[in-house]
Amino acid sequence: MAFLIIDRRQQGKQKSAVNRQRFLKRFRKHIKEAVTDAVNKRSITDMERGEEISIPRKDVSEPIFRQGKGGKQRRVLPGNKEFIRGDRIDRPKGGSGGSGGKASNQGEGMDEFVFELNQQEFLDFMFEDLELPNLVRKQLKDSDSYKLVKGGYTRDGIPARLNVVQSLRGAKARRIALSGAIRREIKALEQELEAFGDDDESEERREITEKLVRARRRVNHIPFLDDFDLRYNNMIQQPTPTTSAVMFCVMDVSGSMTQDIKDLAKRFFVLLHLFLKRHYEKTEVVFIRHHTKADEVDEEEFFYSRETGGTVVSTALELMKTIIHERYPTDSWNIYAAQASDGENWQDDSPKCRDLLVKSLLPLVQYFAYVEISSQKEQELWQTYTEILDTFSDRFAMRNVSEPADIFPVFRDLFERKSK
Amino acid sequence: MNKRAPISESSEWTFEALEAFEEEIARIAADKYRLDTYANQIEIISADQMMDAYSSVGMPVGYHHWSFGKQFLSTEQRYRKGHIGLAYELVINSNPCIAYLMEENSLTLQALVIAHACFGHNSFFKGNYLFREWTDASAIVNYILFARNYITECEERHGMEAVEALLDSCHALMNLGVDRFRRPRPISADEEKKRQQDREDYLQQQVNDLWRTIPQKKEEPEEQWPRYPADPQENLLYFIEKNAPLLEPWEREIVRIVRKIAVYFYPQRQTKIMNEGWATFWHYNLMNDLYEEGLIGEGNVLEFLQSHTNVIYQPEFDSPYYSGINPYTLGFAMFTDIRRVCENPTDEDKRFFPEHAGTDWLETVHHAMANYKDESFILQYLSPKVIRDLKLFSILDDDADRAIQVTAIHDDAGYRQVREELADQYNISKQEPDIQIWEVSLRGDRSITLRHTQQERIPLDEDDAKEVLKHVHRLWRFDVHLESVRDEKAHLLYHCNDEKVWTESGENSKTEAKS
Repeated sequence: MAFLIIDRRQQGKQKSAVNRQRFLKRFRKHIKEAVTDAVNKRSITDMERGEEISIPRKDVSEPIFRQGKGGKQRRVLPGNKEFIRGDRIDRPKGGSGGSGGKASNQGEGMDEFVFELNQQEFLDFMFEDLELPNLVRKQLKDSDSYKLVKGGYTRDGIPARLNVVQSLRGAKARRIALSGAIRREIKALEQELEAFGDDDESEERREITEKLVRARRRVNHIPFLDDFDLRYNNMIQQPTPTTSAVMFCVMDVSGSMTQDIKDLAKRFFVLLHLFLKRHYEKTEVVFIRHHTKADEVDEEEFFYSRETGGTVVSTALELMKTIIHERYPTDSWNIYAAQASDGENWQDDSPKCRDLLVKSLLPLVQYFAYVEISSQKEQELWQTYTEILDTFSDRFAMRNVSEPADIFPVFRDLFERKSK
Repeated sequence: MNKRAPISESSEWTFEALEAFEEEIARIAADKYRLDTYANQIEIISADQMMDAYSSVGMPVGYHHWSFGKQFLSTEQRYRKGHIGLAYELVINSNPCIAYLMEENSLTLQALVIAHACFGHNSFFKGNYLFREWTDASAIVNYILFARNYITECEERHGMEAVEALLDSCHALMNLGVDRFRRPRPISADEEKKRQQDREDYLQQQVNDLWRTIPQKKEEPEEQWPRYPADPQENLLYFIEKNAPLLEPWEREIVRIVRKIAVYFYPQRQTKIMNEGWATFWHYNLMNDLYEEGLIGEGNVLEFLQSHTNVIYQPEFDSPYYSGINPYTLGFAMFTDIRRVCENPTDEDKRFFPEHAGTDWLETVHHAMANYKDESFILQYLSPKVIRDLKLFSILDDDADRAIQVTAIHDDAGYRQVREELADQYNISKQEPDIQIWEVSLRGDRSITLRHTQQERIPLDEDDAKEVLKHVHRLWRFDVHLESVRDEKAHLLYHCNDEKVWTESGENSKTEAKS
């Protein structure tokens, strides 16, 4: 008996990847809803894992004609204990139970189809259709990205880059060039031969015939394709302009910010941070927190340290302005800023903030988003900022957040891809 | 008999040990039991690959479709949560017969699985009449490859959405894509490719012909036209492939592909008990033979017995683990019992089975394997002893009655009834609704009428039926009507046009816009 044992373990295990993607694509609406729910329920440090998604089973079902409940249904069951013929049993509650075990052929008869979205897929769904607004290509900054572009043809290269058309064209030209003289000779000989009659057995005719045969052989010996006919597509490296962007995260940590409010603000920035890390690898992030004075801090401190005091918002904006001038010249950087605050400010500081924004910051940035976290509307800062909303509607946006469930929608709203 | 040394005492398998087992099992299977098999191709795979194999529902390669992704996600989820274990093996009806073995199996399990799949299932595929008539094992892998490439090409040319929607509709009618009473021609990929172009051109031409409008005398009464089709058609996909007025040639080809695959699976749907029973019966015998020859050690045989016992465990009907009759249990019990009836018949057996009581058992099981399907197998061979052992009883659940009635149990008065009703339970034409194409209005609005014939007053599942009608509409592209026949009278159930499904009373049934 012939047989064969094959070890397949080393081969790809993602045979179903395509089908999996198709499933996700088909039910993207459901999945997106579930992802949004999940984001709102999670704690701030817990964004980078997958999620269990459930979809109503009826939406993923594949209908076929099948028997419904009712009529006379007969069934045979194993494990009889006390029944005898003619016994009558009350129907179990919850339906006649007559569908013969066909109620569900794929699982535990649950109403939900449940599956696990992995972390990659989860984040993809989370940040789908989001982008940094007004991103433009600035100066070539330490170009480390190249792209290959076609640049004519070369005589040597790898087989994969062989250009068949060019090669055959060259071959044909060579064949024509090499065989031209011989073909002329053949033509002449043929004409000469015609002059003789078909039954002419003369020496002369035999000689011409021989010459003709030799000439034809020479034509045939010219190779159809020669090594030096081969042409390969040439690829050259071209530096591509990179988009470099910096995001300023400005957060109020003053005393008026309760723990809840800070938590909401942090959540917002966690999302922002995650989004930038994922979609804009080269983006730099500057963390600024402020009470009566502003500091530039690192990621760890920004999200985890506790410090309180009064509120002077303009200090943060001043610091931002200084940092921009020192480190991020606008001709090579796309500058973004997101500010979160409860809206309370030192009495006379708000007009100062407005002026700072209008005169020094807004002309420099691509986009400035202000998120006010408070359950009462119209705090000090909100009112002041409203005045500049009209003038800078293309690059300034503000939203109000009052509870955790608002965070993700507001975030999406601020960074949604605008159709052009 | 001289005891030989065990092939291996270890529980870890090695390729050498697998080969040794394959050889020994092949020897016993052929010499002692006359099992005729295709060549074996054993593939060792990991758990992830097994889940991949699950989701292509028993095809070695499959075309791409979201439903396979759904299958995969569901398997993955339940496996990761520990709700299900993965099968030890998966075997494909092809020549050579491909068997996937899980790498996690111990050596004993691998030996069991080789006996079960590579000799049990394999010989069933080769010997059973349904498989011989309906499938061509040597062509199937090539055909599916052809199908996959064709569908990929269609996706490139006509867009993924269009192809996916078409496949959805075809899948909805897949079970109705089989000619139950006619034998199909075996399929071959080469031939298919060769004929496909001719068929496309010819088909389109034929269809156009069918719809040619011929001017007729006005006074001719409608009834005089012969009904089309002249006889009701049970093969919906075939009828649609040949007659749907507006399908493009490539769409017809895809309908055909789904139909061909339905045909490939048709024998499997009808031989679950027999196929599993046969394979289990042989792994049990072959493993015992290996043990008797000394090729399996004492420790390993205990492991085998435990696995075997798990496989044939049958929870009782009131157990929380009950999910229908375990095909392994019933099939194994029946084949084992056939052997018993042949070797040691009791008076009862002689009464019930005059044909084979006391005959050569090997001859008899081979005959049973080759010439029956689940339904007829049970009807022919289910013995009172098996009914008693499993304590089978039958019930009648009549919606006109307040209670469920026990109609037969394992006693003299009940054996035959239990047997008949159990056989019906495996009769596809009794378990699936009978739906046929009744009429196409050739001269009217081109609508198509389907007819459901009720048996035992069992209605259609309405929600699903409405959805399926939308799929029929997507293929037929003109109005669809569904009638139900009860007591010789046809009642109109549903209509379906471009927008909605509705019932006779004019009440719109809830339905989303057709995608």
